[in-house]
Amino acid sequence: MPGASRYRDCDTVLLPAFPDQNEMRTWLERQNYLIDYTLAALLRRKTRNLGLLLVYTLLVFLFASVLLLSQGLRREAATLMQDAPELIVQKLNAGRHDLLPAAWLDTLRGIRGVSAVRGRLWGYYYDPAVKANYTLMVAPERGLTADAIMVGATLARVREVGVGDYLSLRAANGQPLPLKITALLDSTSELLSADLLLLSESAFHQLFQPPADTYTDAVLTVRNPREARTIAGKITLALPASRPILRAEILRTYDALFNWREGIVFLTLGTLLLAFLILAWDKAAGLSAEEKREIGILKAIGWETGDILRMKLWEGTLISLTAFLTGYALAYVQVFYGGARLFAPVLKGWAVLYPEFRLTPAVDLQQLLVLLAVTVLPYIVATLIPGWRAAIADPDAVMRG
Amino acid sequence: MLITPALVALHLIALCVSGALLLASGFAWTLLRHWDIASGSELQIRLERRTYLVSTLLGFVLGAELLSLLLFVHSAESLSSQFVGAMCATGVLNINAFGFPTLLLKIALFFLAALWLLLNRVDQQGHDYPLVRVKYALLLAIMPLALLELLLQSAYFLGLKPEVITSCCGSLFSAEGQGAAAELAGWPVRPALLAFYGMAGLLLGSGAALWRWPALGALFAAISGLTFVVAIAAIIAFLSLYVYENPNHHCPFCLLKAGYDYVGYALYLPLFAATAAGLGAGLLAPCRHIASLRRVMPGEMRWLTGVALAGFGAFYVLATALILRSNLILLG
Amino acid sequence: MIELSAVSKIFHQGQPNECRALCAVSLTLQRGGMTVFKGPSGSGKTTLLTLVGALARPTSGRISLDGRLLSNLPERFLTEVRRHTFGFVFQQFNLIRGLSVLENVMLPAYPLGRPHRELTQAAQALLERFGLDGKTASRVEWLSGGEAQRTALARALINDPAVLIADEPTANLDSALSGEVLALLGELAAQGRTVLISSHDPRVCSAAPVTRLIELHDGHIVGDYAC
Repeated sequence: MPGASRYRDCDTVLLPAFPDQNEMRTWLERQNYLIDYTLAALLRRKTRNLGLLLVYTLLVFLFASVLLLSQGLRREAATLMQDAPELIVQKLNAGRHDLLPAAWLDTLRGIRGVSAVRGRLWGYYYDPAVKANYTLMVAPERGLTADAIMVGATLARVREVGVGDYLSLRAANGQPLPLKITALLDSTSELLSADLLLLSESAFHQLFQPPADTYTDAVLTVRNPREARTIAGKITLALPASRPILRAEILRTYDALFNWREGIVFLTLGTLLLAFLILAWDKAAGLSAEEKREIGILKAIGWETGDILRMKLWEGTLISLTAFLTGYALAYVQVFYGGARLFAPVLKGWAVLYPEFRLTPAVDLQQLLVLLAVTVLPYIVATLIPGWRAAIADPDAVMRG
Repeated sequence: MLITPALVALHLIALCVSGALLLASGFAWTLLRHWDIASGSELQIRLERRTYLVSTLLGFVLGAELLSLLLFVHSAESLSSQFVGAMCATGVLNINAFGFPTLLLKIALFFLAALWLLLNRVDQQGHDYPLVRVKYALLLAIMPLALLELLLQSAYFLGLKPEVITSCCGSLFSAEGQGAAAELAGWPVRPALLAFYGMAGLLLGSGAALWRWPALGALFAAISGLTFVVAIAAIIAFLSLYVYENPNHHCPFCLLKAGYDYVGYALYLPLFAATAAGLGAGLLAPCRHIASLRRVMPGEMRWLTGVALAGFGAFYVLATALILRSNLILLG
Repeated sequence: MIELSAVSKIFHQGQPNECRALCAVSLTLQRGGMTVFKGPSGSGKTTLLTLVGALARPTSGRISLDGRLLSNLPERFLTEVRRHTFGFVFQQFNLIRGLSVLENVMLPAYPLGRPHRELTQAAQALLERFGLDGKTASRVEWLSGGEAQRTALARALINDPAVLIADEPTANLDSALSGEVLALLGELAAQGRTVLISSHDPRVCSAAPVTRLIELHDGHIVGDYAC
């Protein structure tokens, strides 16, 4: 009798002996069939799934853009700060930054562990023509003559000036001070040099007319970077009105700033996430009559609730994978090759003069984890219960009509 | 309070996990009260169908906890630049009293979810669902832990107050990083190595014994759990030193960084999987007397011991390779 | 052998629209032959078939298959038994639109994870047997009624079940096609399979291969004749 032997076999199928190679192959084959079926089902309902897929991809794209951009900026800042001085000393007056007397430099040189001390002169200049602040800095190492300056590429672009042109700044006494541009700063580190203007000490004095024998601040080189913190402690003892700033602390502040901005943008995107979740839930819960009928048929012809659930799981996986990879790839291109136009104003936003620069492409594991957690995980949550509801359809519903 | 994407994500995961477990516990409660496998009533059929949802939810919890665990360690790592004195994740976790308890709870929840799923896997092969009450009672026990995790994690994040340079040199006087694992870090290398490899021997012995005498499941589970603890201690005490080639860097988290070829993943994943399987073998060993499971249990037990031994084996082989390859010499 | 003792099925239990579809039905079905369940709509014949075919669990009573008790098995295990023991043909054909004839026939075997080549060959052999070998790649919505019913029959047989259950198999067919389907079912019964049919179609009840006729009314068996 056909089928009789089958039924006897059924006991072993009921209670599979695990593990065994056959079992494994059967399992793989089953997943294969399920994926096949799911893919075909998804393609049958193209238009229905396309909308969700687009929104999902957009969501991943937005979140990934924020993450990639701020990560890139952070990395950029860290690279730039590598060359920054280990320790900067400022003078405080009534809790505010004040000019530092030249005599302090000798005191600082006397502290053990300090190998070199240099006074710096720098300041900001507001240019009403472009409504932006420039950073002016005396650069003795460039050997600039009294009226020669070097400017950042962005500044030159905005003011529409080039090498050989004169840039006229308004001095502290109200007189215009013409300065000749002798070179543009190279744009590899444009993020910080965008609004930078390098000038000679005499031009600085003519422009701002600070008291004699003062500096804006002092930069220190220390023999052992690990001791920077200890040296900073000694400085506050020797010069109680001073404020030592460690490079590590500047980096930390940048980090905190980026983290915070990133977090705020994330929370803002949260509303979008919510909208997406409602859409996903709605799509998953509102099965079409056709789809319900199909699940009913499958259950009647021998598919188990678990099989339907697995099918739904594969459906979610396929959709998520497509949306995730596409969204991430688009964001990657946008941020690293497209100039990151989307979130740059919010995330960079420290100057009116936006530099044009390319971030170094990088993929970060933590970023991927965060991205998974804020896009795929909520999608699973939203579709889990509707998927289960669909899967528990009565197997005999088809026959009861 | 800090707002970073990773922290937002961690909050989101914790909320999802708690929500999922609350929902599952609600079902567990009605199920424990009304379950009657012999009945064909509509209520019973409804309850049976809910078990599918609950096991899916627990699968979700397992995945989410794994993600959360990784993310938690990574974000602690990346926040270390924010805190003066914190050199890596250890320092950040030590910033307040809630860091390490949160981490431990995440690990505990991961294992509990894994054990629940193992229990579920076996239960579903018995035609009368013999373990259903055990399973759902365990679920009710897991739920408060998820809520506690949510609470502790929030307390930990709210307690993170990075000092920035705006406050005049206040940062200079903040505490230097202190080692929570100071005791472990101070464990002398020779006894630590002995204990580490001693555990391997014990494990192998008990695994072989379990193969022969299935009644020894509890022993195997205990030894698996202990091996996990010893392995973590060994990572802190000496394995990390060998990897970093630095006699003072005891961090168990830096191993996960790209700078060390993500070797931490290769160490921790088999270790966690093996521990879950080992504990599972112990938990399931008594089930071999249940009539409806009598046929599947030997296979299941073989499988679990196999996974546990293979996982621990992979961990030990890699650990040994790392020690041998290292340029650092701790034992003269 | 399938045995039912005092089997009842109640829908919407405890609610105002409670409905007793079957009342304490006892019945023994031997292997082989063609049994027809006859009765007006609402008599409980379809419900009885869903219980016999392990599609649903009775509210009370016991059902056993070859001595193995099915009535207290959870759905998971009931499905396992059903997959290997029963094949179903439905009134509405219930083929999945958008898939090919071949894929539709293979569907019941997907959860079993049979090797793909073996499964395709089995499905093709069945389609050939039912004269559908030219249609394997066609989509099912292009089939005629008779072709659709034969595809459904092939699908029911893909897991080589011992029992074939057909719910009103001729309801949507004209008399020529009905005869064709009945002949095919008779052939299967002759080969040793158990064929169970529910129908209120007099042509079915008087067809030659029928070996037993069971009459239902309001959830009770009112007649049981050997033919």
